[in-house]
Order: sequence, then structure tokens, then C-alpha cells
Amino acid sequence: MWQIITNNWGAFLTGFWNTILCSTIALVFSLILGVFFALLEVAPPKFGRVIAKIYIAIFRNIPLLVIVMIFYLIVPRYIVKLSGFQAGTIGLTLYTSAFIAETVRAGINSIGEGQMEGARSNGMTYVQAMRYIILPQAMKIVIPPLGNQFVNLVKNSSVLAFVAGFDLMYQAQLIAFSTFQTIDTYIIVGLFYLILTLPLSYYMRHLEKKLAK
Amino acid sequence: MKKLRKYLFLPLLVLLAFTLSACGHKDQNVYQKVEANKHIVWGVRADTRLFGLTNVKTGKIEGFEMDLAKALTKQMLGKKGTASFVTTTANTRIPLLKNGNVDAVLATMTITPERAKQVTFSKPYFPAGSSLLVPNNSKITNVKDLNNKTVLAVKGTTAVDDVHKSAPKARVLQYDDYGQAMSALKANQGVALTTDNGLLAGIAQENKGYKLVGGVYSDAPYGIAVDKGQTDMANHIDKALKQLQANGTYNRLLKKWFAGIPGFSLKGVLK
Repeated sequence: MWQIITNNWGAFLTGFWNTILCSTIALVFSLILGVFFALLEVAPPKFGRVIAKIYIAIFRNIPLLVIVMIFYLIVPRYIVKLSGFQAGTIGLTLYTSAFIAETVRAGINSIGEGQMEGARSNGMTYVQAMRYIILPQAMKIVIPPLGNQFVNLVKNSSVLAFVAGFDLMYQAQLIAFSTFQTIDTYIIVGLFYLILTLPLSYYMRHLEKKLAK
Repeated sequence: MKKLRKYLFLPLLVLLAFTLSACGHKDQNVYQKVEANKHIVWGVRADTRLFGLTNVKTGKIEGFEMDLAKALTKQMLGKKGTASFVTTTANTRIPLLKNGNVDAVLATMTITPERAKQVTFSKPYFPAGSSLLVPNNSKITNVKDLNNKTVLAVKGTTAVDDVHKSAPKARVLQYDDYGQAMSALKANQGVALTTDNGLLAGIAQENKGYKLVGGVYSDAPYGIAVDKGQTDMANHIDKALKQLQANGTYNRLLKKWFAGIPGFSLKGVLK
């Protein structure tokens, strides 16, 4: 097993780096997009609510692989050329953002209506009330499920292997096929993913405790 | 515990008996067997266009290898000889040969030194090798043109190494299967798709607007495999193959399946 690592160190490292890069980009943008659509879904204007509902319905209910394939095979033919890495990262971002939007929306809805009414009657605007009263309380509640989404996102980044995105899983498949050491290779890859997901899980738990105080 | 041991003992004994009896047929001469039965069981592909593909309407496997197997059977065993076919995959063809379920494997199997340790090969019956598939309007004419360009391949195929050797500066993207790789070619993710010429011919037949170019840039001929040590069978297959090539049957079958594939050169193939 050690030999597989030393012989393919470069390939593993490239894959590891691409997985980190893809996960980080997708994590940041899916959080931004997710919170945006959650706010849109609970906001008073009906138009925004419909848009958000459609967006979430589409990207939450189609398999990630299909979303990525659309960006990899169809978009380049008609709109703009996307590499496997780009298509995979975009697909992963949109897919995860739909789940994050639903999580954050549930968090906002769990805050009693009295909070909003109280803030408004004290002279705050809707945006101020959302920003200073509702969101800080909602964030505390959604941290644990959000942590789940982030860990899932890192693991879901393995979808890049299907579109030649040079991520960890792609390299693993190539190594497994060329060395025939399938089990060993995938065990090593599992360990690489643990290096990413374990610290992430612990950080989210730490954040949860810190915010609970 | 004692009861359990009793229950375990019987199945184990049966299993042992089976294993021992399975060993028995090993030394059998396959050629003498098929000669006596006037029947050959061929291991073939059922998922490879032009070579062996199940016809959805009739449920029968059709292709160049099927026709060749039938012709070889008649040539070896005379008019009364019959052939039957067992579907194999890349993973099952050698085990099926080893346990005697098939007498010979005629299934797009490239002759390699690794495999020759497990089975005995006939002379090559198809000059397979890595080739390129490109859109009809492509400027690429051979493998050297691929330097600094992106090539598409399928994970685990030898074509990947061949490209690295012939065009060291080419970037290779690898996919899980030919459907995905072909879709990527259509989406312009790369300039060419590379794998065995025979497989590319099948893909070109299905997808209008694509052609083979550059001939074969790395040889990997297909051979008929028999179990290791069945040289009698291998020699008779070789003899029959030679006769078929001499009397024109072989060329007729090749033309039947491969004529009209854009860019597929029959020149080097016909005997």
C-alpha cells in the first residue's frame, strides 16, 4: 500500500489540491447563493418568492451528476466553453446552494414571528430587523445542519471524476486501473477525504459551541 | 457446537467433491473433444458494434467475430460442425476458458505477454491498434498533430499510454465509458477520441460526421485464445484461419462489416 502512495505521490497531490480548490470555491459561493435564495423565499415580494422556489425545486431535485453533465456537455456546445473542473464546480455550487437555502429558510422560520413584529414596532426597517434580530438567531440554529451540507459538499466533489476534473477520485480511478490495486487505492483516497472532512466537522462543532454561549 | 459441526461437515464434503471433479477435465484435449462432438463453444462479445453485438429485434449476436467463428467451425469440423456462442466480458473471458465453459475465446482480445501466461493465442486475426476518431472537418491527420492538444480516452485502456508515447505533449482526459467520451468529443472538450480502431469504426458507424484518421499508430492485434497448453486446438485454429484467408472468405467477411466506415482503411487489413 505504501508503494502506491510513493509511486503516485504527484497524482494524489494534484487530485488533493483540485479537490480542496473545488470544495472551497463551491463552499463559499453555495453559502452566498443559499443565504440569498433563503432570504428571497421568506421576503414579502411574491415575485422573489416564486423565483426562489423554482430555483430550489430545480437544483434540489435533480441528481448532481445530471446537473454537472449539463454544464459539461450541453453548455459548451451552445453558450461558453467549460472545462471539467469548471463545470463540476459550478454544478456542485448550484446543487449545494439549493440545500443550504432550504436549511437557512427553516432556521429563519423557526424564529418566532413575535421577534420580527417586535423589531418592526421598535422602528427598525425589514432589512434591519432581518440583519440584526432574525439572522443572528437563525444562524445559531442552522450551524449543525449547515455543517452536514459542507461535509457532503466535500464528498460530492468526487463528481468531478466523471467529467475529467482531475480531482482526488479521478486520480484514484486512473491509479486503480493502471495498478489493479483497487482496494488499496480507494482506502488511501478515503483517508485523503478524511483529512479534509474531519477538521471541517470539528470546526463546525466548535463554532456551534462558541455561538451557543 | 457438535450439532453445528455435523451440519457444516456435509456441505463441505460436497464442495470438496465438486472441486476435485472440476479438476478432472483439465487434462482433456479440447481439440479431440470438439472433433468428437462436431461442436465448438465460442466465447464472444455481445456489446461491441461490428464485432459482436446483440440484435435487439432477434436477440441473436451479430458481427464480424460471429461470422468468423462460424466459418472457422465449418473449416475445422467439416459441413456437420456446429457452433454455439457464450457471451463474455473482459473480466469473464479467461475464467470461462479456464473452467471449460467455452472452448475458445474470439472476443476482441489483444495478444499481450501478460495474457499469454494464462492462455495460448492463435495467430492474429484482426490487426487492431490505437487509432483516432475526429470530426469530419478536423485538421488532424495523425497522432503527431495531437501535441499541445486535448485528447479523449477511456479509463484503463492501453490507448492512454500509446498517446503519451507518440505525442508526449498531448493532454489526455479520461472517461468511464465510450458513450461519455464520445459525448465529450461532441461537446468539443477535446479534439480527438482514441482507442482501438475496431471500436472506433463501430462508433463512427453510429455517429455520422466523424471519421477515423492516421491509421493505426500502435499495434495491438486481436488473437483467438484457448486454454493454456491446448496447442493442438490453437494449431488447428491457425490452419483453418490460413485456409479462410487463402480462399477469400476472410476478406469477404471483413468487407461485409468494415467497408464504408469513413476513414477505416481496409488496405492493410485484407489478406
